[in-house]
Amino acid sequence: MMPSRMAAAIAAALLTATPALAQGTLRIGMTASDIPMTTGQPDQGGEGQRFMGLTVYDALVHWDLTKSDKPSTLIPGLAASWSVDATDKNKWIFKIREGVKFHDGSTLTAAAVVWNFDKLLKQDAPQFDQRQASQGRSRIPAVASYRAIDDLTLEITTRAPDATLPYQLAWIGISSPAQWEKVGKNWQEFAKTPSGTGPWKLTALTPRERAELVPNKEYWDKPRIPKLDKMILIPLPEANTRVAALRSGQVDWIEAPAPDAVPSLKAAGMQIITNAYPHNWTWHLSRAEGSVWNDVRVRQAANLAVDREGLKELLGGLMIPAEGFMPPGHQWFGNPKFKLKRDLAQAKKLLAEAGYGPSKPFQTKILISASGSGQMQPLPMNEFIQQNLAEAGMKIDFEVVEWNTLINIWRAGAKHESSRGATGMNYSYFIQDPFTGFMRHLQCNLQPPAGTNWGLYCDPEMDKLFDEVRNTFDAEAQSKVLQRIHEKYVDEALFLMVTHDVNARAMSPKVKGFVQAQNWFQDFGTITMAP
Amino acid sequence: MLFYLVKRVLYTLPVAFGVSIVCFMLVHIAPGDPLTSVLPPDASAQLQQEMRRLYGFDRPYYEQFLRWFGRALQGDLGTSIATGRSVTSELVKAMGNTLILAAFATMIGFVLGGLFGFVAGYFRNSFIDRFASLLSVIGVSVPHYWLGMVLVIIFSAQLGWLPATGAGPGGSSDWAWDWAHLKHVVLPAITMSVIPMGIVARTIRALVADILSQEFVGGLRAKGLLDLGVFKHVVKNAAPTALAVMGLQFGYLLGGSILIETVFSWPGTGFLLGNAIFQRDLPLLQGTILVLAMFFVVLNLIVDLVQSAIDPRIQRS
Repeated sequence: MMPSRMAAAIAAALLTATPALAQGTLRIGMTASDIPMTTGQPDQGGEGQRFMGLTVYDALVHWDLTKSDKPSTLIPGLAASWSVDATDKNKWIFKIREGVKFHDGSTLTAAAVVWNFDKLLKQDAPQFDQRQASQGRSRIPAVASYRAIDDLTLEITTRAPDATLPYQLAWIGISSPAQWEKVGKNWQEFAKTPSGTGPWKLTALTPRERAELVPNKEYWDKPRIPKLDKMILIPLPEANTRVAALRSGQVDWIEAPAPDAVPSLKAAGMQIITNAYPHNWTWHLSRAEGSVWNDVRVRQAANLAVDREGLKELLGGLMIPAEGFMPPGHQWFGNPKFKLKRDLAQAKKLLAEAGYGPSKPFQTKILISASGSGQMQPLPMNEFIQQNLAEAGMKIDFEVVEWNTLINIWRAGAKHESSRGATGMNYSYFIQDPFTGFMRHLQCNLQPPAGTNWGLYCDPEMDKLFDEVRNTFDAEAQSKVLQRIHEKYVDEALFLMVTHDVNARAMSPKVKGFVQAQNWFQDFGTITMAP
Repeated sequence: MLFYLVKRVLYTLPVAFGVSIVCFMLVHIAPGDPLTSVLPPDASAQLQQEMRRLYGFDRPYYEQFLRWFGRALQGDLGTSIATGRSVTSELVKAMGNTLILAAFATMIGFVLGGLFGFVAGYFRNSFIDRFASLLSVIGVSVPHYWLGMVLVIIFSAQLGWLPATGAGPGGSSDWAWDWAHLKHVVLPAITMSVIPMGIVARTIRALVADILSQEFVGGLRAKGLLDLGVFKHVVKNAAPTALAVMGLQFGYLLGGSILIETVFSWPGTGFLLGNAIFQRDLPLLQGTILVLAMFFVVLNLIVDLVQSAIDPRIQRS
């Protein structure tokens, strides 16, 4: 062999051998105060699902987390394919992926999936778990019944035709029935030695302190087998503690660094990774009878009064100014006519047309919180907006309540006494799928207590569009309907649309290969650690 | 002595009952929903009501209290709503971690506090007194969570000498008495020791100064006792009050500190309590408060007994 060819062969051999080499340990400081539930249906919201849901478990349907330059879409997960019955749109057939093994070695079947639905929905099933049910039930409102047709075929029947079912199923992690049997049919024991089919296996768990995950080398989706040797999750709820832990080298990665810590982290050589994702920081407006926001001109005036660029400066650049309810560039953005730019003259004009002026000043009360998950920096941000609106002649009074209290008020609805006469509420939304993005906020029959349409909005035309989404089973056509919904959201200024968070995380320069998807969830499989 | 002991133990029973009522009421009066930690944020009010029924939170308060109190009497503090783990096991683990931290903080605080107090009292109105008093005033006044952050910035972030968080390289479950673990204790223990140091120093200084001004000290000196002999008498006379203060301070330390343990992510009772408050985890909150309160009651009892053993006048009164 020629020397050059020999060198090339050695290089090729080394390159192909690389994935098998040690790729280091990644230590992540989470914002959660405890390790999320490990049984399959994690608590702690999006962060729980990100770190303990889609790592150890798979769902029937996955999010494609491989791209950072465009919003994620759904892809097959444990279901290799799915289709809705041509004659009965309530019936779905899911083909279960063949040969998938749980971490304990047992095989995934359609019966195992049925067993998992029972775990959440069937109260008299031996495996029913109240804690997982609390987390999972509200994620799959469409599911009416389900059955295994054979080992690899699952039938799900919905309450009504609902093309958003795959989005709902992306929340449901599939746990191993065999492992549950093995640990004495006890979810507390299962939590210590969980078994899913995901790309990571949990090997050590110290509640409230750390969880250690190692790659599942037999993972069915070979390109997604993690490259790292180990990933350690550490709950660090205090923002300053997370920064100190990163700077002292105790962790390699922290979630949600405080904006004021970002310059010092950059100066210390840390990477700050951001990207757009389906998050919305908004004022949810009351549409109850007598609300000042019932006039579209008032809503548009408020939207035109907000100085989003100024707000971005206030947050050190860590936000995306809203151009609509969805982040700019989102596949459901469409082409709204109403542009969210600052135009005080137009805002004042609209307000005057709506009948407000020196003789009838505009004044109303908004509920805000001092902190909260996804709320960014609610106090300074709201005060900034308050000043913006005052410049347009809109006087806003705030009622500050504690975050969990605000959640309960939000569930109770704008007319409930707990809302204390407020006509709006500052809230942050997970807007990743049609239901969480649009329907739950504005569908007529989702007014409290049945749902979380806090503002009691009801427009038959909007409901018709929601029905159309549920009855449009072609993804592209469904996207078109969702665009029309978004255009209506923006053109009618149904919310005070302010900003989107950028999902900031800070990490050591040793962390390589991370692709931050435009999603609440992320894939940690591509990451390696430089020596 | 036995009668005194029995009497004191019996006194603790109504105190314990009172504490359990107060802590049950407190956690129920506070705003928030106990199901916050188990429901996803977008759960509807309807689902919330349904879950409230499943967890028994729709029952009248007296019924919930009696059920909880009955179980607590049998040593069962219930199950955490947020984690599904037994409150007792969570507490035992956290108390072990806080004990480690409190032991180090006590050592630092009491030794330095005692030293500063005695020196200041002995040389009252001198430069040494003023310096020691200044240190104790700083100790009492400085916000300890602020001091903790400053120590972290200097010794962890800037110098990289000591870790900023956690209870060891592998967490508290594999705790060992080696430097790899002990270095995690240094910063939180120093932070935690500052307040007891200040309080102990101020108490002892006042006691020593007061005792030294009493006539019997002049009598001791007139009898020809040397400074060391006088010192022994001063210590003996100061001991009961100093012990009472130290006992209370040790009690505070054993209760953990929500702020310090949160700043350092130290998995002790303060950290546990902080999490329970934020998650509205009522069983965990009730259990932790009850046990910490009982700890305090027991510690007071021990201090009383030790005091009466040292000074029989207390027993007679």
